[in-house]
Amino acid sequence: MEKVAGGINASSWAGLPLSVRLFSSTIGYPLIVTQEDTMKDTDIKRLLYTNLLCIFSVFLSIFIPSFFLDNFSILETHLVWLGTCSAFVTGANLLLYLVVKPNVSSKRSSLSHKVARVVRCWLYFLASCFFLHIIFVLYGAPLMELVLETFLFAVVLSTFTTVPCLCLLGPNLKAWLRVFSRNGVTSVWENSLQITTVSSFIGAWLGAFPIPLDWERPWQVWPISCTLGATFGYVAGLVISPLWIYWNRKQLTYKNN
Amino acid sequence: MHTSVVPDCKHCRRTSGRESRMQKISVLLFLAWVCFLFYAGIALFTSGFLLTRLELTNQSSCQEPPGPGSLPWGSQGKPGACWMPSRFSRVVLVLIDALRFDFAQPQCSHVPGEPPVSVPFLGKLGSLKRILEVQPHHARLYQSQVDPPTTTMQRLKALTTGSLPTFIDAGSNFASHAIVEDNLIKQLTSAGKRVVFMGDDTWKDLFPGAFSQAFFFSSFNVRDLHTVDNGILEHLYPTMDSGAWDVLIAHFLGVDHCGHKHGPHHPEMAKKLSQMDQVIQGLIERLENDTLLVVAGDHGMTMNGDHGGDSELEVSAALFLYSPTVLFPSVPPEEPEVIPQISLVPTLALLLGLPIPFGNIGEVMAELFSGGSGGGSSRGDGDASHPDSPALAQVSALYINAQQVSRFLHTYSAATQDLHVKELRRLQELFSKASARYQHLLQHPREAEAALSSLTADFQQFLRGARAVCIESWARFSLVRMAGGAALLAAACLLCLLASQLAVAPGFLFRPLLLIPVAWGLTWTLLYAGVSVTTGSKLDPVVLGAVAAAGSLLPFLWKAWLSWGSKRPLAPLLPVPRPVLALLLIRLATFFSDSFVVAEARATPFLLGSLILFLVAQLHWEGQLLPPKLLTTSRLGSSAPTAPPRHSGTHALLLGIGLLLFTRLAGLFHRCPEETPACRSSPWLSPLASMVGGRAKNLWYGACVGALVALLAAVRLWLRRYGNLKSPEPPVLFVRWGLPLMVLGTAAYWALASGAEEVPPRLRALVAGASAVLPRAVMGLAASGLMLLLWRPVTVLVKAGAATSRTRTILTPFSGPPTSQADLDYVVPQIYRHMQEEFQGRLERTRAQGPITVAAYQLGSVYSAAMVTALILLAFPLLLLHVERVSLVFLLLFLQSFLLLHLLAAGTPVATPGPFTVMWQAVSAWVLLATQTFYSTGHQPVFSAIHWHAAFVGFPDGHGSSTWLPALLVGANTFASHLLFAVGCPLLLLWPFLCERQGPKKRQSLPGSESEARVRPEEEQEEPLMEMRLRDAPHHFNAALLQLGLKYLFVLGAQILACALAASILRRHLMVWKVFAPKFIFEAIGFIVSSVGLLLGIALVMRVDGAVSSWFKKLVLAQQR
Repeated sequence: MEKVAGGINASSWAGLPLSVRLFSSTIGYPLIVTQEDTMKDTDIKRLLYTNLLCIFSVFLSIFIPSFFLDNFSILETHLVWLGTCSAFVTGANLLLYLVVKPNVSSKRSSLSHKVARVVRCWLYFLASCFFLHIIFVLYGAPLMELVLETFLFAVVLSTFTTVPCLCLLGPNLKAWLRVFSRNGVTSVWENSLQITTVSSFIGAWLGAFPIPLDWERPWQVWPISCTLGATFGYVAGLVISPLWIYWNRKQLTYKNN
Repeated sequence: MHTSVVPDCKHCRRTSGRESRMQKISVLLFLAWVCFLFYAGIALFTSGFLLTRLELTNQSSCQEPPGPGSLPWGSQGKPGACWMPSRFSRVVLVLIDALRFDFAQPQCSHVPGEPPVSVPFLGKLGSLKRILEVQPHHARLYQSQVDPPTTTMQRLKALTTGSLPTFIDAGSNFASHAIVEDNLIKQLTSAGKRVVFMGDDTWKDLFPGAFSQAFFFSSFNVRDLHTVDNGILEHLYPTMDSGAWDVLIAHFLGVDHCGHKHGPHHPEMAKKLSQMDQVIQGLIERLENDTLLVVAGDHGMTMNGDHGGDSELEVSAALFLYSPTVLFPSVPPEEPEVIPQISLVPTLALLLGLPIPFGNIGEVMAELFSGGSGGGSSRGDGDASHPDSPALAQVSALYINAQQVSRFLHTYSAATQDLHVKELRRLQELFSKASARYQHLLQHPREAEAALSSLTADFQQFLRGARAVCIESWARFSLVRMAGGAALLAAACLLCLLASQLAVAPGFLFRPLLLIPVAWGLTWTLLYAGVSVTTGSKLDPVVLGAVAAAGSLLPFLWKAWLSWGSKRPLAPLLPVPRPVLALLLIRLATFFSDSFVVAEARATPFLLGSLILFLVAQLHWEGQLLPPKLLTTSRLGSSAPTAPPRHSGTHALLLGIGLLLFTRLAGLFHRCPEETPACRSSPWLSPLASMVGGRAKNLWYGACVGALVALLAAVRLWLRRYGNLKSPEPPVLFVRWGLPLMVLGTAAYWALASGAEEVPPRLRALVAGASAVLPRAVMGLAASGLMLLLWRPVTVLVKAGAATSRTRTILTPFSGPPTSQADLDYVVPQIYRHMQEEFQGRLERTRAQGPITVAAYQLGSVYSAAMVTALILLAFPLLLLHVERVSLVFLLLFLQSFLLLHLLAAGTPVATPGPFTVMWQAVSAWVLLATQTFYSTGHQPVFSAIHWHAAFVGFPDGHGSSTWLPALLVGANTFASHLLFAVGCPLLLLWPFLCERQGPKKRQSLPGSESEARVRPEEEQEEPLMEMRLRDAPHHFNAALLQLGLKYLFVLGAQILACALAASILRRHLMVWKVFAPKFIFEAIGFIVSSVGLLLGIALVMRVDGAVSSWFKKLVLAQQR
């Protein structure tokens, strides 16, 4: 991870599509290098607040439904919780996207462009759900039984990973691939996105380990342990990323102009 | 420049001609030495972990009572009365192999609501039910609790000696040996009883020459349901009617074999059980008043019809007693009583008036001694008038039993120290108190009733306590040896790590590698042998091996440590990158959890899939992938000039997904462990012969043959792609013509095997003959193919017609014939140098000369072509040993390894001058793939899951007396995947070189890659040297082979170390004998098979290398003429 310091060189930055450059210049990181440190500090602070909001949305999804539903609990009405959790986290991300960061393509886009963009986002989200579902089945999830459970797990994991990507980077696979490669990160936000996404996946992966154990606990059933693992991973990522970035702020230089 | 290249090479060639061979030999010997270290560690650990029980040879005798003290019936010496007066003079013992308790349990029909159960094995023994209802005082059904291991030989030992066979005996089920301990049969013969036996020939080995008359039938052919049973039935009633017997033993095998072949849920089982019912009925009709009938199962069977473990179904057997005279004072309880199986031994002994076998630890079934009948043969004189005589007789039987067990405990603890001393003393006190009270009671018979029942309880408590002590102590471990073995294994693993790093370091010398350890090892061995001879102690080969291993290991480690340098950090030693290390550690940690060992069949594909996706993600992360095609308009990410050739991202992703898909498909073939009742085994792992539907059978048969043909076609396609199929060499000819023959033979054999039941009778002999000949022919073909491959491993096209054409194809690049002897020496390296020279413009030659490229391609894949040919030749006989539908798994196996190799090659840089390395992730993925295939070929690391039927492939009538051949066949079946992957291990080193060809091609075809072409123009023009790069640097090649072997051994060795540690740390765990010990044994044997396979694979590569050298030499000689 220390290698992030290398940064991407100028020529490849020039190769970035215009939208990405515009996007990254508008989300509030410094264009003037001399101000970088102070700007970065404020950025980190904002990152911390947004992440706290996301964590808060996860907690809300645990407590809010119990006001409306009688016997709501994470384990017993797991599918309901999956749905609400997914909805809340998506909502929080959208809120952040609308409030904290100005709309990216407002300058040059018409309404149809916006609609097309939203539709593409939806398609990307659905595609990622189906892709993750297939991956789960390939990893050993049952093919015929528990299809709904598996799919909702895919939806939740997509919410933790794809939705932030869509919010931050837009439906732009190229940018996604860039963020998830060595030296590909160009801002604090992307760094945080990288960390939360990877930690969500790792959490889901680790969540599979208790399944074979003979403890006979209700949460060992597929896919509960994995969804819980993914949630913990996501929350952990949200907590860790501002701290980690703050800790390494001296080493991190996002050479972007 | 020409001259500047050649002197370089002159130097390297001159030194490497003989040197290279020496290096090869020392690499092989070094690897063999490392294997020996592991073997020594395994042996030392095993000798401490799997203890055998000390078998005492003492005999009980009639004249010598088991202890002091008087008995109610006074003095001995009466006819037929030894320690106790006999109640029966004759016994018929019917052993029905694998007669599970519920097979014999009477089915209650009084539940009105339930529909009648239609399970084939339930309620088929109607005669038992009838007798139990009609004559409740004459008969009793018990559920006998069997001690694991539930293999027939162990059960027979227990049923005659009354002792506990230990775990280590489990392996020798089909190589049984005579029982040296005191046993019932010995007692019977020494009492002059005529013992007639008929049935399972395991008894012949256990009790050689003990029977007055015997009819043995081979037990080995588990597919044969009827021969043994019909043979018994032919002799049973005539023998019985002749009356020339005192004890008649009939051991039926049909039920067991039916279970093995069809499982208990097959209609055949109902037929078999009904036949047994008739036998019992017939016997009951012929019984006389002085005869006891015992019907017993030696063990149960699982849902699949297997046995050997200790699951609930395997350890419950039926036991039925009947006599025409009244046996029991009370009516049977509602639910049959559960008793230990070995209770039968003292009971039978005392009922027949025999001494109880010396080593018996069973508890007598007291209620049989109540003497309730009026017609018992003889009674003691003293107690006939006694009011308490039934109760007293029971206590007396228990007393004698307790005396005998106490005597045994005393003798045993004097011979060894492994019984728990404190517990033993407590038992001894209990016994002496109880026996004092018993003697008191005999003198004052009026105190009666309450005392009698408390005495019964005391004796029973003693007997049960003694049994528990024995069970516990016969699982007692030698901690010193276990620790020593584990330490040796750990040190060997460390050695592998150190040496694998040292091997690729510059300036590494091969020769001192071996001399130091061998010298030290010999010194220590001699020293130890000398010391032990002088002190007169026994020379233990295991300890000797361990001393030799440790003696050679420690100096080597010390030396390696010094050369490593204390200043350098240890971190680079560990497997990199870190996630791979984490994955390996997780894998090792799973060996410590019984749940994970049981679920390993699911956990391994999961880990493998994780590793695969990690590899893809890492390729992307490192920027070694081109973005997918639709995104190539503008490329992102850094493009370092030294980066290895980049691959298309979609290509890598597809490889990964394909691998995951094949892994998942292979996971469909899985056999459930007994511990997970909810799991359902794949029906595809049963032989086609057991399928009922004709159409489905034909479809499956077609699919299996299709898999075979696909396998063959895939290999041929692969060879054709690299041009090796054009070579006229014998191995290639064999691939072209011999392999289809093998496929044909296999398909024909399967057709016969799956349809054997439906053959018209007049063709039976023909079919039987063919099903013996066909597999042998296929195996013979495979063996001859391997021989051919070893003889002429170079599969390169040299145009037939001789020297002129050879010159044209190969040697034209070298500007005419060599002029001097010195030139001749250097012409060999030039042959594969010529490509480099070509792009350097040293030789003026157009690229249009096709034949050269062809020849180069063949040379470029000459190592892997030989490897792939060897693997396919090895795979076919192994495939034959499995059931038909596993051929699909074998096809998947080849596809998986092909994709995996491609994926790994994408991430492996080809360092042109060397040193070459094999990456840790490659080795780890390979080991995981081997484990996954072990499971998907229908195996489990438990003894009951061994595919015994493999022993009959090619030998449908069994093997006679030889045991090594069936053991070899069964072993080859079980460890097929270990063997295949270990032999194929060098492919991990070779494949990146093989894939070199694809890199430039891909790039040329890509639309947006002109820039890249500009960056590296030379590489675009360069002809791929492929595997000839390895030959270019023989020193590095040998070092890489050594490193590959060491890394593979390290991963395997770490697994065996984890298994050993798990078994030793969890030695008091509930599951130790069920899960950890079998896992350790399977892992240990798997390690041995893998290490041998690895050595063979590396030796094969070296043989090809040598052959390529001599081929070049011949070429040069031809040129000279």
